Amino acid sequence: MSLSTLSDNLLYIAILAYLGAMMLHTADYALMRRRPAVAAPAEAKVLVGAGGPEVAVNPIEDVQAPPAAPERRDWAPLFGKLAVWMTGLAVLLHFTTTATRGLAAHRMPWGNMYEFVLSVTLVGGAAWLVVAIRKPQVRRLGIVLTLVEMLLLGFAGLVLYTQVNPLVPALQSYWFVIHVTSVVLASGLFLVGFVPSAAFLIRDGYDAGKRRFPYSLGGRLPAADAMERLAFGIQAFAFPIWTFGVAAGAVWAEAAWGRYWGWDPKETWAFISWVVYAGYLHARSTPSMNRRLVAWIAIIGWLTMLMNLFGVNFFFTGLHSYAGVQ
Amino acid sequence: MKPLLTFASVKLRNGWRQLTSMRTALVLLFLLALAAIPGSVFPQQNIKPEAVTRYLTDHPKLGPVVARLYGFEVFSSPWFAAIYLLLFTSLVGCILPRSRDHARALLRRVPDAPKRLERLPAHHRGRTTLGAAEVTARLRGWRTVTREQADGSVTVAAERGFLKESGNLVFHTSLIVVLIGVALGSMGGWHANRILVQGEEQAFCDTVQQFDDYSLGTAVGAGDLPPFCLELTGFDSKYLETGEPSAFAGYLSVTGSETRTGSFSVNHPLRLKDANVYLLGHGYAPILRYTNAQGKQQTTVAPFLPTDNSTLTSEGVATFPDANGDRKKQVAFSGLYIPTAPETGMIAQSIFPAERNPRLMLTFYRGDLGIDEGTPSSVYKLNQVNIARGDLKQVGEGKVLKVGDSWTLDDGSKLEFLGTRPWVALSLRHDPGEPVVLGGVAFVLIGLMLSLAGKRRRVWVRLTPDGTGSSLLEAGGLARSDYPGFDDEFRALMDRIGDSDREPVDALR
Ligand code: HEM
Repeated sequence: MSLSTLSDNLLYIAILAYLGAMMLHTADYALMRRRPAVAAPAEAKVLVGAGGPEVAVNPIEDVQAPPAAPERRDWAPLFGKLAVWMTGLAVLLHFTTTATRGLAAHRMPWGNMYEFVLSVTLVGGAAWLVVAIRKPQVRRLGIVLTLVEMLLLGFAGLVLYTQVNPLVPALQSYWFVIHVTSVVLASGLFLVGFVPSAAFLIRDGYDAGKRRFPYSLGGRLPAADAMERLAFGIQAFAFPIWTFGVAAGAVWAEAAWGRYWGWDPKETWAFISWVVYAGYLHARSTPSMNRRLVAWIAIIGWLTMLMNLFGVNFFFTGLHSYAGVQ
Repeated sequence: MKPLLTFASVKLRNGWRQLTSMRTALVLLFLLALAAIPGSVFPQQNIKPEAVTRYLTDHPKLGPVVARLYGFEVFSSPWFAAIYLLLFTSLVGCILPRSRDHARALLRRVPDAPKRLERLPAHHRGRTTLGAAEVTARLRGWRTVTREQADGSVTVAAERGFLKESGNLVFHTSLIVVLIGVALGSMGGWHANRILVQGEEQAFCDTVQQFDDYSLGTAVGAGDLPPFCLELTGFDSKYLETGEPSAFAGYLSVTGSETRTGSFSVNHPLRLKDANVYLLGHGYAPILRYTNAQGKQQTTVAPFLPTDNSTLTSEGVATFPDANGDRKKQVAFSGLYIPTAPETGMIAQSIFPAERNPRLMLTFYRGDLGIDEGTPSSVYKLNQVNIARGDLKQVGEGKVLKVGDSWTLDDGSKLEFLGTRPWVALSLRHDPGEPVVLGGVAFVLIGLMLSLAGKRRRVWVRLTPDGTGSSLLEAGGLARSDYPGFDDEFRALMDRIGDSDREPVDALR
């Protein structure tokens, strides 16, 4: 079996592994004892430092339900742990898929849209794994993340798939490696940041008493505050990488096309995403700003990223010979 | 009561100012993002003028409306400019007071400890044998102030993380630098395109008359272009068996303001002193020799333009305006150049971009070419008006030529296909704002990382000697920005300044 065929087959196994992880997460949800529907602890303590700004002290992260039937064993945490192990396996398979693809092509595995999505979702999966291991209290979000991974990988395999091809001369540049590496990294991280932002909105709505779908899912999600902070942490980490990636793209464009910025559709949407995420960081650091609004900005940011990744390649034609989709 | 009121009103006013300006900035940021969207939906005049023309013919109703709203030139439209100029005004209005406040904060002494340290989010009570000087020494990296208190205790106030705000200010200021760099480029920059065929007699010099098209910055006159001349001395192209290109390289000889030779390729422009030369495209220029019925010979090298970039099937014309010394009897050939014709079957398309089995398919025209009527005409197409009027007529059937073939025409004149030469599409560019933009972006990044990674925090330590050689240690800490790890840092700090064998304070009482 050639390396590229191996890669193609591994992709489907990786998707199955993500599916397995998602099912384990589902078991965790199903078996989890419903906590009494507490509204988010209302009195967030506010301290006034000497001459400093007000600092909201975050309330306790998760209110544990008193064990209703102590003699019965709670299986949910076990399934939660298994789900993380399964995600780890899926990420490993995903990595092997991507690496064999790169080896088969004798270059970095992001020479066309299929490979690009493969790499972005790999970064997303790996970053999520780190979060899930370090912050068990948000582990359950994995159900959304593995779903997103499956959908994106399935879409990549079914719609975007292209044969292994060498790079066209326009892409033969070390700036290509620098630019695309950082863009892939940032996109994968934004993907992981998007999930807690969306889950925050659901949980926060649930805490405010909403019970319609999708808020009905909120009761079993991690605490709103923890998710909001996680989302901010990831997105604030991704933003400078994105900035660097866009700047490196401009340096490359200068060498390749003679101008560092030309408002090509891809450049335009990179700019839009950048401005939206800058807006997110602004809104988030404005204490009076409603956190729901802040989370919505993050969602819009992710939609602009998707638009750039898929929409621009399908709807517009630009100079980015990258798409590889006819 | 009075001081409290003024305190409250100052606080309110500051809060209000902060709120409004941040809100304004946010709204403007979103307007900017929204305003950019039509720039990706509609074709843009300065990127793809031909797509704009097509849009206007395809949408006769909508097109003019879009044009009137600057939809085809979004990024130079007044409303786009209005948004970013407002945003940058708000930015300046934001940076100035914050720089002043930050400078004050840097100069000010860290404020004294609050009375009740245990009310701070992080706090600690214990004992220590260290004095204030030693505590300060262990707070390396912190800015500290030691104060003797009236009750005999000593307080150490410590603060760090000023780089956060410094970085933030650097970041925002650098955004302005980037904008200045962009403006410099659009004033002092210029660019031009030109097709250049290989060969000494084809060389051209850097003047606007010699360009196929050009655009000069608002502060650049036609006479300001640096004087240099370029000749294409060679061009290499390599393809994979699939026909995909694998490498291109062009070789130029430069004379004029500097004398040198150099090569350039995709991603590797030739950087001259006053301009960069980029490779945008390439193709073939058939060499044709026409001998009229009286035996007078003329040779022309006519670049044919690819109609299909993957196979380099190209189309073009070769004209001989003074072949017969009569405007009514000018001569032209129009047709297709096919670098690799299929061995069998009809020749309509090239099957490979390199020249493996080249064929030239030409049609012969005679009549008035309509070149010297003062109307701008393409050198790559025949004058369609004259053809429609019947002033320029096709003569006989077309013919397929191999290299070396000659074609005898109805009047006894003769056309010979001698071979081809490569041509390259060059872009010449000069942008004096580039270094400013690049420097600005570098500082944007540095400032951004400092700002996002920085954590502003304060710690106060109160030492109350109890006469036994050690003191009661009370400490409190406060993170002034989002910083989940502060508790850990605070605890580590306490381990450093407290007694290692920490005894419960209450037991000692
Ligand atoms: C050109 C448009 C602007 C962009 C792209 C932009 C971008 C950003 C970004 C990305 C951040 C977060 C990173 C950091 O903390 O350094 C930020 C923070 C900040 N920006 Fe802006 N900004 C712009 C204009 C403004 C304006 C007009 C103001 C004044 C109202 C402003 C005030 C602030 C403040 C106060 C912070 C710090 C928030 C904190 O305490 O963390 N910015 N800006």
